Amino acid sequence: MLGMLGLGALGVATAPTLQRGLESFLGSAADKDPTGLTGLLPNGGGFRYYSVTSSVPHKDEDSYRLKIDGLVDHPGTYTLADLRALPQTRMVRDVQCVTGWRVPDTPFEGVRLSRLLDAAGVRPSAGAVRFTCFDGAYSESLTLDQARRADVLVALRMQDKDINHAHGGPVRLYVAPMYFYKSAKWLSGITVTSDVRPGYWEERGYDVDAWVGRSNGRDDETT
Amino acid sequence: MRPPETDASKTPDAAPEAGERLAGALRVRRFTPAERWVHRTTAILMGVCVLTAGCLYLPQLAELVGRRELVVRVHEWSGLLLPVPVLAGLASRAFRADLRLLNRFGPHDRVWLRSALRRDARPESRPAGKFNAGQKTYAAWIAGAVLVMVATGLLMWFTHLAPLVWRTSATFVHDWLALTIGLVLAGHIGMALARPESRRGLRTGSVSREWAEREHPLWRP
Repeated sequence: MLGMLGLGALGVATAPTLQRGLESFLGSAADKDPTGLTGLLPNGGGFRYYSVTSSVPHKDEDSYRLKIDGLVDHPGTYTLADLRALPQTRMVRDVQCVTGWRVPDTPFEGVRLSRLLDAAGVRPSAGAVRFTCFDGAYSESLTLDQARRADVLVALRMQDKDINHAHGGPVRLYVAPMYFYKSAKWLSGITVTSDVRPGYWEERGYDVDAWVGRSNGRDDETT
Repeated sequence: MRPPETDASKTPDAAPEAGERLAGALRVRRFTPAERWVHRTTAILMGVCVLTAGCLYLPQLAELVGRRELVVRVHEWSGLLLPVPVLAGLASRAFRADLRLLNRFGPHDRVWLRSALRRDARPESRPAGKFNAGQKTYAAWIAGAVLVMVATGLLMWFTHLAPLVWRTSATFVHDWLALTIGLVLAGHIGMALARPESRRGLRTGSVSREWAEREHPLWRP
C-alpha cells in the first residue's frame, strides 16, 4: 500500500515527462493501429466529450442560427453561410481544461467575435457579453474588453475540419487565453449586457475570469 | 516456516446449538457480518465509481448519458466515500484481526507467489493461511491505488488547491491508474466468479471445512 502511494506521488511528479513520451509513442502507435484500440487508452492529447444536458439537438446548414441581441443598435441573426462569408481567422494554441487535460497545438478557425460585435453596433451602456447555447442549458460570459480581444473567435472549424456535433458544432465559441469551459459549445446566442452574469460552471464554483494559469489555482505561465 | 495463523476473531464462548454443531463439522466460520458489510459497501461504491467513470471518460458513453454535472458529483462522492467502509470496519475486532493477517507476509507467501508465477496450481505448492499471498498483494495494491485515486481526484475536484501543472499531472496519473484498476478489478471479479465457495464465504460468512483445508491449509479457524 505504501509502495502504491509512493508510486502515485512519483507519478504526479514525473507526469510531464512521462506524458510527453507516452503521447509521442501512442501517437505513432495509433497511426499504425488497425484495431482502433489505442483510442481507448488514456491520452492527454485527446479531447473529452462534455455535455451538461442529457441530449443536445443537432443543427445543420439549414437549421443553425446565431442570434445577436441585447444592448446593440442592430440586433440580427446569422446563418452558417453568413458566418462562412465573413473573413476567417486561424489560430493554433493549446486547449487547456481547468481539471488538467490539455490538447497541444490545436488549430481553430472562425470569425473574430469583435467583428460581429462591431457589426451589431454595441451601445455605450454595454459592459459585458453573454453567450447561450442550443443545448438549452449552457451559458458563458465575458467582459466587453475580453470579448473584443483578437484571440476570441466564433469558431466554425477545429483541427482544420468543420466542428462536428460532439465538439460543439456547427459553431462554438473559442476563447483562446482562458480555460476551455469558457469556449461554449453549440453557440446559438450572443447577448450584449451591462454587467457580467456568471455562466453555467461559474455558478457551480469556477472563476468567471478564467485566464489559463492565473485563475482556479495559483499563478502559472500563461498559454 | 512460521506457525499457522490463528483467527483472533473466534469466539469460544456461546455454545453452539445442536444443528450448528452438526454443521460445524462441515462448515467453518470465515467472515463476520461486519466484515461482509465492509466488503459489500466497498463493492457498491467501487461499482458506482467505475460506472460513472465510464460515463465521464468513454466518448460513446459520455455522449449517450451527458448530464455532466450530475455524473461528476456522483463520481466524486462515491470516490471520496470509498475508504469509509474500511475505516468504519476498524471498529470491528474481527476486521482488525483480518487486516493484520492481510498485512503480514510470511515465508510461505513467497512459496505461494513463486508457484503462482510458475502457474503451479498443486495444493501442496500453494501454502496459505486465512488469506493467500495473492489476496494479500491485491489488498495492499488496491488500498494504495484507491488512496492515490482519491488524492489525484481531489486535486482535479478542487481546482484552487494546486497550480495547473499539478492538475495536468494528476489527470495523467488518475487516467492511467483508472485503466489499471479496471483491469485488476476485472481480474478480482473473474477469480471470484470462478470460485463459488469463496463467494459463499463472503455471502454467508462460512465456508466448507474441506475447502478451507484445501485452499488455506495453514488457516486454523
